[in-house]
Amino acid sequence: MSSACHESGQPAAPLTQLPQVALVGAPNAGKTSVFNALTGMHAKTGNYPGVTVSRFAGTCRVGDRRFAVEDLPGSYGLDPVSLDEQVLVDVLDGNGMRAPDALLIVVDATTLRRSMGFVAQVLARGLPSCVVLTFTDELLRRQGAVDVDALSQALGVPVVAVVGHRGHGIAELREQLLDWSDWPTPVISPPEDPGERDAWVESVLSYAGYGAAQPHGRTRRLDAVLLHPILGTVVFFAVMVLFFQTVFTLAAPLQEGVEAFFGVLSGWVSVHVTNPWLSGLLGDALIGGVGGVLVFLPQIMLLFLLISLLEGVGYMSRAAFLMDRVMGRAGLEGRAFVALLSSFACAIPGIMATRTLPSARDRIATMMAAPLMTCAARLPVYVVLIGLLVDPAATFGPFGLQGLVMFGLYLLGAVSAMLAAWAFKKFGDRRGQPTPFYLEMPPYRLPSPRAVLLAVWGAASSFLRKCSTIIVATTMVLWLLLNLPLHSTEQMQAAGVDTADSAAVSAYVVDHSYAAGVGRLVAPVFDPLGFDWRINVGVLSAQSARETFVATLGQVAAAEDPEDPGDALRGMTYSDGPRAGQPIFTAPTIAALLVYFAFALQCMATVGVIRRETGTWRWPLVAFGYLTVTAWLMAYLARTVTALFVG
Amino acid sequence: MTSRTFELGTDGRPRSEGRCGERTLADLTPSATAQVVSVSVPDSPAVARRLADLGFTPGTEVRMLRRAPLRDPMIYLVKDYEICLRRAQASCVNVVEVDR
Repeated sequence: MSSACHESGQPAAPLTQLPQVALVGAPNAGKTSVFNALTGMHAKTGNYPGVTVSRFAGTCRVGDRRFAVEDLPGSYGLDPVSLDEQVLVDVLDGNGMRAPDALLIVVDATTLRRSMGFVAQVLARGLPSCVVLTFTDELLRRQGAVDVDALSQALGVPVVAVVGHRGHGIAELREQLLDWSDWPTPVISPPEDPGERDAWVESVLSYAGYGAAQPHGRTRRLDAVLLHPILGTVVFFAVMVLFFQTVFTLAAPLQEGVEAFFGVLSGWVSVHVTNPWLSGLLGDALIGGVGGVLVFLPQIMLLFLLISLLEGVGYMSRAAFLMDRVMGRAGLEGRAFVALLSSFACAIPGIMATRTLPSARDRIATMMAAPLMTCAARLPVYVVLIGLLVDPAATFGPFGLQGLVMFGLYLLGAVSAMLAAWAFKKFGDRRGQPTPFYLEMPPYRLPSPRAVLLAVWGAASSFLRKCSTIIVATTMVLWLLLNLPLHSTEQMQAAGVDTADSAAVSAYVVDHSYAAGVGRLVAPVFDPLGFDWRINVGVLSAQSARETFVATLGQVAAAEDPEDPGDALRGMTYSDGPRAGQPIFTAPTIAALLVYFAFALQCMATVGVIRRETGTWRWPLVAFGYLTVTAWLMAYLARTVTALFVG
Repeated sequence: MTSRTFELGTDGRPRSEGRCGERTLADLTPSATAQVVSVSVPDSPAVARRLADLGFTPGTEVRMLRRAPLRDPMIYLVKDYEICLRRAQASCVNVVEVDR
């Protein structure tokens, strides 16, 4: 280490020249919270929150020195049984990439008796290492004990106790990092044989005065209810229903606030921007389009808040335990449940989480199923359409009917995902070994506010990034398509349009736009579903990202009646064809649209991530093809069935 | 609990699927305690090593805590922590029951 980078204002040394420090540890050891505490908000934690599968890198600054810190995939041992464990071993071996210079072995103090076996395996690699003991506060609270200094002596490497989420011990850990090149290595490497290793662990632990934590009383009492064969199942479904009710009802006032803000903004534009073209582009395309999508930010943040709370509390592994047998029916396992559950937020972290699945068959089946889980991007579309379909005041028992329809759509997504996984498992490639299933049940813990906020912030920022790039671009292009070609006043008068009536003018412009041409071109495909050309334009624009549908509908409706887009949707009628004059958004059409969105793979980012994860175009194309065809067929079915009921 | 007999294959291992020994973790009833004798996973040494890494090493005491609503998977207390295993893996850990 030179001291060349100590002057502020100097160009920072490239990441690759910094000492590389890697975090290793078991999945629940608190690795991520140590990583966050070291790297802060400067961590490059990837685009998608909720997973620790991919390699997260960041930098840690201690005084004038900087370190590249990497959060390696969690594992219980160094004999890989999955792809991400293979990555871990490859990194440690420097196989195909640069090996880390030093290791931080993160160990949960309450599981020390088991974790020491992992420590032994890592120490045997001979890299400079420091053991980071987490949850020492919990160990003490549960009448356990460990002498950190004695443990360090017995192991022959430095040991630092931290409480990641409170920040205790982090300063000491940073100080320790400065000396990484001088960290002592064990004089005698720990034994490799499991039997001898157990004896070594016991001798180290007894030297360190280790007293195991007492069983966690609260966890025992809660599990007696939450994992009870009957009560536990009831609670599980109650949690799921409450979860979606909360997302639906609690977000409403926040959404009204966002809506009001954009209303004021577009009012300001229409007053101060006199050029009608610019005013239209800013007011309708930019503010209308982006505002129409940003309205859903509160809901998405709430969803991620609840998911990360359930995860942080420890309920997610209980849910995986309760659901494992059901997942087994689809030929999958509990870890696939966690991947599918993440897909409730977004298919992308879900697909990335399939890396934890050791079998390639399971991975493919889960990836093909993940896009069916109701992701947050479908939420805006569902909210608008359900709003048109169901009276907000309607109730069924104690629950609002809107919330129940939403729950039904989530259920539809989950059941279809299971069926899809089953089909791909059954008819897919049948080679390969069945893989082991094990899942640690951590005690119930209060999640650290920091970790929860980071997850919510990650979700919000990736949604905002999507809004400011894909969605802005799509709405702008769409606005142009909807407003071109230009029509002269004479042309319109010749066509019998009253040019003094601005609503009639904009209706004429939209009806003769390029977008209308495209919408009518694909009409034969979507006619049987009851979609008119305007819905077609929306469905096509949603092909890049589902949320765009809402913005498009807003634009189309606003173009026809700029005063009130909400009511305009309700009153929208077919403009031509045999159904001209009839309302578009009837129950059968809305049902068909809802079901179409439930099945179709309308997300270019998902297609991209499947391509990246499988390394071939075959699987994204298969997913796109089968989901689009299913979407059309199921939408047709939904329309027919709803029409039977409504009459 | 019903008693079972095993037909042994030519390699001396039990032939019936998923059963690796006379008495395994999968045979325990909730709150029974047993001591691990051996871990045998035919054809997959990596899985056997992983079960050992999870704490199922010879001589270790294991307590069966509970079963899932559909009787599988099961949660065990081993080396001071709780872990959930499916019947298929639990039946690879041979044990002798101990009275407490």
